[in-house]
Amino acid sequence: MDFDAIRMIWLRDIIRHFRDKVRLLGSITRPVLWLLIMGTGLRAAFNMHGISYTHYIFPGIIAMNLIFSSMQSTISIIWDREFGFLREILVAPIPRSSIVLGKALSGATVAFIEGCFVLVFAPVIKINIPPVNLLLLLPLIFFIGFVCTTLGIVIAARMTSFEGFGVISNFVIMPMFFLSGAMFPIDNLPHWISFVIRINPLTYGVDLLRWDILGMKIFSFYVDFLFLLIFAFIMLGIGVFEFSKTN
Amino acid sequence: MDETAIKVKNLSKHFGSVTAVNDISFEVEKGEVFGFLGPNGAGKTTTINILCTLLVPGGGEAIVNGFNVLNQPNEVRRSIGIIFQDPSLDERLTAYENLDFHGMIYHLPSRIRKARIAEVLDMVGLSAKKDYIVRTFSGGMKRRLEIARGLMHSPKILFLDEPTTGLDPQTRQHIWDYIVSLSRDEKITVFLTTHYMDEAEICRRTAIIDHGKIVVLDTPAALKNKYGVSSLNEIFLKVTGRDIREEGSDEKERLGQFIRARKKLR
Ligand SMILES: Nc1ncnc2c1ncn2[C@@H]1O[C@H](COP(=O)(O)OP(=O)(O)OP(=O)(O)O)[C@@H](O)[C@H]1O
Ligand SMILES: [Mg+2]
Repeated sequence: MDFDAIRMIWLRDIIRHFRDKVRLLGSITRPVLWLLIMGTGLRAAFNMHGISYTHYIFPGIIAMNLIFSSMQSTISIIWDREFGFLREILVAPIPRSSIVLGKALSGATVAFIEGCFVLVFAPVIKINIPPVNLLLLLPLIFFIGFVCTTLGIVIAARMTSFEGFGVISNFVIMPMFFLSGAMFPIDNLPHWISFVIRINPLTYGVDLLRWDILGMKIFSFYVDFLFLLIFAFIMLGIGVFEFSKTN
Repeated sequence: MDETAIKVKNLSKHFGSVTAVNDISFEVEKGEVFGFLGPNGAGKTTTINILCTLLVPGGGEAIVNGFNVLNQPNEVRRSIGIIFQDPSLDERLTAYENLDFHGMIYHLPSRIRKARIAEVLDMVGLSAKKDYIVRTFSGGMKRRLEIARGLMHSPKILFLDEPTTGLDPQTRQHIWDYIVSLSRDEKITVFLTTHYMDEAEICRRTAIIDHGKIVVLDTPAALKNKYGVSSLNEIFLKVTGRDIREEGSDEKERLGQFIRARKKLR
């Protein structure tokens, strides 16, 4: 591990993020829109056994900001390749694992900030999160952001164009989001869908968030946590492999 | 350890059907300024990319500072510095941040980093611009910053891929003076590529490369002697039968065909 390099890659991404005003704006408006439109629009259609639909999707909206944010962060890898900066990094004596870890941490940090931003709306829609749960929620948000970023890294490392990344990430983000239980319950679904749901890391992320915020869950904490951890390790491994390629 | 900084043996690289580097061999001594001279598409950048571990060799062997680029890439990376032909700055950052981050990944302690940044910024005349975002720089200023960054950590071997293209003559001269004194004072091996004949003349030895092959390799003086002409430009003309600024003969051929075809159509 090369901590100087990890710090450098992390710091650079953070600096760049905060200079990008448009992106900051996007991360703020996205959850507002979804909470407002989906929350009020679909409220009547869903009967959530005594829990309001707006409350039900609240953890899902956090997860949405996490996945959007981490995918967007990893576009910087394609950006760097296109504009040559990636060569500056690749030619430096940095273990490829440190490059990938630096990227994953910076993506997770940005996702964490954008995910936490959604929490501001908790009082607005009258969700009351006890302090202890709030304290656990923060590392959970960071962790889920980290896991999503590792997936983004693998996609971005294999992509050679922005357009390609746009297409692929839409193919990944949208199904991942909708088939995660973020917006509607995932029981009583056809067999093939429930398979997709079970291999979707976001399912476990949403489950963790909903467990912490609303006390509802499908899987046990350990199942959620272990699945995400193993998933992140596999993605990191593939990421390192992709960054080590020189053909 | 022996006195060889770079050892290349039967190195080749193909991209599909294109042979970019075709079975070349050469050695560069420690502390030497070594030049690669050749027209567009000759294989200069490809060779450098292999030597600095960005590309794997297609065939043959390359040893840099005693380390094999294939098996010991990190040791090679630790030994080298490079100024790329194409832009590689982060244009969203300031000039200072670009240099500071470079220093960080090469593990320069912060005090030395500050001193080196001031020194190289001064050398390329960008001290006053250090807190500006690089995107706002002119092409030449970006190039100068890129050069400053490459010279910041003192590597054992420095690769310069057409470092001074796009610079005004005065800046060019200034930068070459700095590089020459750097190699002399700090015993840095310099491997450079260029189209400019006068730049090749600061080299101790120069290889002329064309279509992925080294056609001659000698000291500029010996080359001039051997070919009985006064400049490397003329030597290039003699050796390859073309001017260095000319397009490759096949391209000329294709252009000819194109024109003939157009004439026929009319
Ligand atoms: N990534 C690549 N994919 C396919 N072909 C490539 C690639 N890189 C280089 N080539 C080809 O290899 C040959 C050598 O290219 P190279 O960049 O090494 O030339 P060069 O000597 O650096 O030229 P220049 O003076 O224009 O910089 C060219 O024909 C080029 O088209
Ligand atoms: Mg080149």
